[in-house]
Amino acid sequence: MVFAACLLPAADLGWRALHPDGLGVNPIEEAEIFTGLWTLRFLAITLAVTPARRLLHLGFLARYRRMFGLFTFFYAFVHLSMWAGVDWFFAWGLMGGEIVKHKYILVGMASFALLVPLAFTSTNGWVRRLGGNRWARLHRLVYLIAIGGTVHYLWAVKKDTLFPYVYLTVFVVLLAYRLVARWGPRRAAPAQAAPRVANAALQHSE
Amino acid sequence: MLIRKPDDIKPSEITPERDYVNRRAFLKLAGGVGAIAAGSALAPRMLQSAIVSSGGPPEDKLNTWDQITSYNNYYEFGTEKSDPKDNAQQLRTSPWSIEVGGLCKKPGHYGYEDLFKPANHVDRVYRLRCVEAWSMVIPWNGYVLADILKRFEPDPRAKYVKFTTLYDPQQMPGQRRAVLQWPYVEGLRMDEAMHPLTLLVTGLYGKPLPNQDGAPVRLVVPWKYGFKGIKAIVKIEFVEQPPLTAWMQAAPDEYGFYANVNPQVDHPRWTQSVERRIGEFRRRPTLMFNGYGDQVASLYTGMDLRKYF
Repeated sequence: MVFAACLLPAADLGWRALHPDGLGVNPIEEAEIFTGLWTLRFLAITLAVTPARRLLHLGFLARYRRMFGLFTFFYAFVHLSMWAGVDWFFAWGLMGGEIVKHKYILVGMASFALLVPLAFTSTNGWVRRLGGNRWARLHRLVYLIAIGGTVHYLWAVKKDTLFPYVYLTVFVVLLAYRLVARWGPRRAAPAQAAPRVANAALQHSE
Repeated sequence: MLIRKPDDIKPSEITPERDYVNRRAFLKLAGGVGAIAAGSALAPRMLQSAIVSSGGPPEDKLNTWDQITSYNNYYEFGTEKSDPKDNAQQLRTSPWSIEVGGLCKKPGHYGYEDLFKPANHVDRVYRLRCVEAWSMVIPWNGYVLADILKRFEPDPRAKYVKFTTLYDPQQMPGQRRAVLQWPYVEGLRMDEAMHPLTLLVTGLYGKPLPNQDGAPVRLVVPWKYGFKGIKAIVKIEFVEQPPLTAWMQAAPDEYGFYANVNPQVDHPRWTQSVERRIGEFRRRPTLMFNGYGDQVASLYTGMDLRKYF
């Protein structure tokens, strides 16, 4: 059910893409914006699982954290495919130029590149292979990805930076929560935190 | 400056214009465009890619009424493309007057009728290229700016013309946020303002200009980026210095005074070498001066267009 809910934005996009004017007058741009925003939203949802679990006692959410994370990757992948395949039609030379010359593309590409190993190592097998500590440390990259993704958004908008800053605030708050939780007064010592993160991933996965 | 006929745009470039100027054929064309739009609504958008990517310079098809009136940058009404259509309907566009001032012999408040009734009405099909790298082909109705400006007898000291938009946050909800400095200001060098291509536009597709497109009167300068096309003009002034425009104020390293369409000078954050023609699937190359080079390039000979962007 949660899986189906996560697919709703994709279904919405697909439905609108097949209908004339469903995506408006500039459908490729609309699709890129839509998938980009849902990538950021799923990132926020993924990062909100642990605080929601601890602060709001919504323990059941923990099961879905991996799913939310993978959906983040899914929407990011669609977003990138739209850009590379549909927008630029695989014109590799031109795209290479874009990546190098225009920093918002560069930071977006870098953020996606960092997402790939996280998606790849999301399975139980990898948690065991890497061991709790290393897995947790690798997956801390998600904060860099969140900041990178938001900066990509900020640098892409023409002038109205309100929503990019809203997303930035959300990620800063989520990051701050983690920092307080780790090094705050009443929490466990840092050495114990990493295995707990990994164990949580193992125990609560399906 | 050899300009024989102001609207002597190459037939190979703007195919429907000859048809459009003939009014009876225009009605047929409008019906045809409507039929084509309805027909293509039934086919998946993807199929259009075949048309654009075959060799040779791409054709310029007229954009539809819907496209031109539902996808707008008009921050006075909000920053989303759909905001102007949603929010501009409340704007009162009549009565309307323009305050003319600065270095000229006939300043004053000129009512809409006084300005345009005696003037020579023209219909022009122009490409519009937004700085965001999308573009449309639009059948404007209006007046050559030079014909209007001449009546105010500008002083020889006046080197620039400054335009100002209405400031009314009640009617223009986007002005309640300082996304840009309000009111919106734009300007042209005198020779640009007096160029036969430059228009004061009051209509679209033979109908009154919709609010979201800049009603009741807006500027159209087809060889420059769209943001130079200031909308809902209330003031025209003849000045000695280049005015500080809204976008120059907002981001001086990104938006310049001249804003000539130039595929060789990128925006700091994105490329200007290609554009998306609304309605087309593949991007197309951007043309120097938006394809009007043979009519305007002479205005800029010797000028470093990278420095004066």
